[in-house]
Amino acid sequence: MTGPLVRDGLVTGALRRVGAVVVFLAAILAQLLPALARPRLIVHQIYNAGARSLIIIMLCGLFVGMVLGLQGFDLLQRFGSEDALGVAAALGLLKELGPVVTALLFAGRAGTALTSEIGLMRTTDQLAAMQMMAVDPLQRVVVPRFLGGVIAMPLLAAIFSMIGLFGAQLVGVQMMGVDGGAFWSQMQGAVRLDDVQEGFIKSLVFGIACSLIAVYEGYHTEPTAAGVGLATTRTVVASSVLTLLLDYILTAAFL
Amino acid sequence: MRPNRALEIGTGLFVLLGFAALLFLTTQLPGSGVQLGEQSGYSVSARFDNVGDLKVGSPVTLAGVRIGRVAGIAFDPTDFKAVVTLDIDKRYDHIPDDSDASIQTAGLLGGKYVGIGPGGSDTYLHAGSTITFTQSAIVLENLVNKFFANFASGRSAGGAGEPREDAKK
Amino acid sequence: MTDSDRPTVSSAPAGDAVVEVRGVHYSVGRREVFAGLDLVARRGRVTAIMGPSGTGKTTLLRLITGQAAPTEGEVRVWGERVASLGRRELFALRRRTGMLFQNGALLTDLDVFENVAFPVREHTDLPEPLVRELVLTKLHAVGLRGAARMMPAELSGGMARRVALARAVVMDPEILIYDEPFVGLDPISMGVIVRLIRQMNRVLGITSIVVSHDVHELAAIADDSFLLSQGRCVASGSPEDLRRSDSEVVRQFLDGVADGPVPFHYPAPDYRDELLGSRTPAGGRRSA
Repeated sequence: MTGPLVRDGLVTGALRRVGAVVVFLAAILAQLLPALARPRLIVHQIYNAGARSLIIIMLCGLFVGMVLGLQGFDLLQRFGSEDALGVAAALGLLKELGPVVTALLFAGRAGTALTSEIGLMRTTDQLAAMQMMAVDPLQRVVVPRFLGGVIAMPLLAAIFSMIGLFGAQLVGVQMMGVDGGAFWSQMQGAVRLDDVQEGFIKSLVFGIACSLIAVYEGYHTEPTAAGVGLATTRTVVASSVLTLLLDYILTAAFL
Repeated sequence: MRPNRALEIGTGLFVLLGFAALLFLTTQLPGSGVQLGEQSGYSVSARFDNVGDLKVGSPVTLAGVRIGRVAGIAFDPTDFKAVVTLDIDKRYDHIPDDSDASIQTAGLLGGKYVGIGPGGSDTYLHAGSTITFTQSAIVLENLVNKFFANFASGRSAGGAGEPREDAKK
Repeated sequence: MTDSDRPTVSSAPAGDAVVEVRGVHYSVGRREVFAGLDLVARRGRVTAIMGPSGTGKTTLLRLITGQAAPTEGEVRVWGERVASLGRRELFALRRRTGMLFQNGALLTDLDVFENVAFPVREHTDLPEPLVRELVLTKLHAVGLRGAARMMPAELSGGMARRVALARAVVMDPEILIYDEPFVGLDPISMGVIVRLIRQMNRVLGITSIVVSHDVHELAAIADDSFLLSQGRCVASGSPEDLRRSDSEVVRQFLDGVADGPVPFHYPAPDYRDELLGSRTPAGGRRSA
């Protein structure tokens, strides 16, 4: 493929890429039903995307929660409302930090793994070989991985938020001396089911976005050794930027 | 693809943990959320002149410990009072029946909750009993009005106490 | 599976065209890969497609298997125009076609057994004992029954290619396409592959197309050969015919001469002009 292709400018290049990703999403959706007939493949990918990211998600959730406990305590103390720490931590984790940080970690851990795996399959002709064996690689390789990511993300985000809350409680209640009863009861008084739902929807959207980008970049990897590395980098960058952009849009929509 | 036991167990555990976390978040955080398990408690009622912005799901506490939640807020058209139903956890079944209930505010930013002040009776609250001693929500505006009214009436030697006292029982 | 009574060479006279390439033009970007290519692969024979690197041998395979469409001309397999086939028919065609990729292209997350079983599991609902029997038979044929539970990463290049060959024939295809089957193999593995290709052809009667530039190995197995150069077929016939040919291109390729009709120098502006800097380098794009 050394042909001198028409060079795209920054804007047209970006537009083309967005268009290509959307077309790819449509192709994935078209193969969704046939792929659902092979649940075992999807289970495998939930394991790859979810279970393998579990440790890092839990660890980061704990630390983020602990930081939130410290910072929140410091801030609220200035207003004499330390008791509201539970509310602050819960809302911060549920609505923002849980979905967003999980998505960023997912892009770095599971997303890159997806991209390099599919990219390597492209580079080593495995995708072409499947095609030659009359097996649609979109259906056999891409869709299960996409679905695995989409299913894993909200679960990871929920685990992150839960662990984070315990981290915040650990710091706030155990270390800083906020009243444990007030921490939980205030939180339960102020957090609404809508807040949980907002976080869930966000993480679902992020799951779709990050998984889509990861499989797209993998599937369209230039079949060279450098191509795989490049695609992996692009996955992280594009997923992170898109996550934060979508986060703003969704937050604005929920308000 | 051959079934891979370890992998499937791992996935199962992950999904289970994920759903457990989701369940935790949806049931344990929002006071008004779906409560986990059966309502293992008993409900008592209390009548207030004014409940302020108390909401269904607000906590009920005794000595600062959460012992239940507000299960319902209704209005009694005969005496124009608010009837608040409190679900008390069945672990706390030794609350004297002459205890009082007051609507309080948690901190400066916090929401309203019902605080129970224990009485000294030998008989305890049980399902269906009514808390007779209640103190309504302190509505800040009323408080301010009253202060100025008292201030004014104190000066003009007259009992023109226009604002009704509802911050006191 | 009913493959055993599928009409193959035995029931039809050997020699009718299975794959026909007629006047094919194909370009990648602005570079013309084929400019009026003609060739034919006949039933039950081994057809060798030779040519220097970069003559688009792999592209030709993509055209034959419908992964790309020619800009002009036509590619027919069993008389059907590949480019005009729908997805379903194309998949049906591919099921009758096996392909051996350059480096095997084994699926890295499956072991050897599962790799060979892959097409069977994807396309049939055979009971496990039958799948097992089928897979082990094919693995035995390539001499790797003992490696059934190894992962692709543990295999040597030659072994990987043999496994891929077993996978390519597990559905009993009627056409088998080999993409550069000899590249990067030690002499022993090379000998094994040569033997296997001949065996697949003679014993199973599979029409074989071998794309390669290893002249000597091809001479040993090919019935017909086509030599491609600069987008067209410059010579064809049996290996003997080619060897006796006195065409310059054929001689250069067979004897491995550095300069000739295929020039040593990539097209460039005049050397002296460029050194003296009297002109800016004309061909802005340079091949690395």
